[in-house]
Amino acid sequence: MNKIRIATTSLAGCFGCHMSFLDMDERLVELLEHVEFDRSPLTDIKHCGPCDIGLIEGGLCNADNLHVLREFRANCRILIAVGACAINGGVPAMRNHFDLRSCLEESFLNGIGVENPQIPDDVELPLLLDKVRPIHEAVRIDYYLPGCPPSADEFLSVLGDLLAGRIPALPKKLIHYD
Amino acid sequence: MEAKAETAANTINIDGQEIPFEHGQTIMDAAFAAGVYIPHLCHRPGLTPHGSCKLCTVDIRNRISASSTSDRRRQTKFTVDADSRSVSACTTPAAAGQQISSNTPALNEVRKTITQMLFIEGNHLCPSCEKSGDCTLQAVAYHLGMLDGHFPQFFPRREVDASHPTVMLDRDRCILCELCVRASREVDGKNVFAIAGRGTAAHLIVNSPSGKLADSDLETGDMAVHICPVGAILIKEQGYEVPIGRRTFDLHHLGEAGLEKVVLAKTVYRDE
Repeated sequence: MNKIRIATTSLAGCFGCHMSFLDMDERLVELLEHVEFDRSPLTDIKHCGPCDIGLIEGGLCNADNLHVLREFRANCRILIAVGACAINGGVPAMRNHFDLRSCLEESFLNGIGVENPQIPDDVELPLLLDKVRPIHEAVRIDYYLPGCPPSADEFLSVLGDLLAGRIPALPKKLIHYD
Repeated sequence: MEAKAETAANTINIDGQEIPFEHGQTIMDAAFAAGVYIPHLCHRPGLTPHGSCKLCTVDIRNRISASSTSDRRRQTKFTVDADSRSVSACTTPAAAGQQISSNTPALNEVRKTITQMLFIEGNHLCPSCEKSGDCTLQAVAYHLGMLDGHFPQFFPRREVDASHPTVMLDRDRCILCELCVRASREVDGKNVFAIAGRGTAAHLIVNSPSGKLADSDLETGDMAVHICPVGAILIKEQGYEVPIGRRTFDLHHLGEAGLEKVVLAKTVYRDE
């Protein structure tokens, strides 16, 4: 029997959700009997092939995030927004209080301890969006896994439901936003 | 028989449960006294009901005994029980024989949508908020099973007032429930807060010559400081005295009887 293919990525996130995913510890062994990973920081595969489930950590802060998100949407049958940043922008969205220019100036020109002050503008750097945005504002999202980060139990609950062919239903006691 | 008739005359029925009430009580008062939880954000026993958050919306079936065929709701495309009417439980007086629906999938879905709109309208970033775990808005959202904000985020830019030596005002998280406005006016006798503006421009203002908290009469012991259901009004330098995981709604469910009184009592105790 073919295994369920899962792809994961971290956009404007901190990889904390991925670390929390690994917190399922020895339960990973049993999970891996049913699933295999496509594109993911865990496999270092660079592009996403056809998958059953895509897990997206982080919101949208630059053009590359949007590009990657669209690649996942095009390839994943079920796309899940993982964590506070994917769902509402999270901590990175706190920059939305300020103009993008003043953020860059604070970081690269006027910040304490900045040497050789200049705002990076290499063509290889993805352009920043004017505001950090949650991912459901760009593509259709099938399910949401809140938390900062979501606990390993939350991942197992939702993946367990999907593996059993059920519509995910996160138990209320597992719902938290912090 | 007479006694029985009298009892029936002084009860309302919420989701099939007979609940006694006294003259002058609202539906929320009667439910609260009977330990029946109706979700709410802008209500606190002891303060004048405000009826603005609409989370406590319930359906009353026989409020009008017979509706005529000219009832407009009969002509809409939605299936509406024309004999039922939606009201705010916190402002509607309890009346004998009311048949009330509250904890229904349809009403809870509407409540969840209202809560989502409150979240996307402000800047409610729980991971960076020191009220997380003690926040009623967050707890209501958990209770309703809210997973996401659904609507596009507003990301409004709102003013922070950190001028006061012991109290901080972060309007990003204000949901305009007016609990602080009422507490200051009715309990503290100070009138420190008010809401100005309309629609998405509505915002909390401070009654002082400069408009800053530092120049107002606000003191740490005031009920207005402690009553905020979200992280808009915070007491400085004690945000993490109780660790995440050991906070009010980590240990208690919103619907627990007497919880709101406990919260108030605790804050009074802290100030002493």
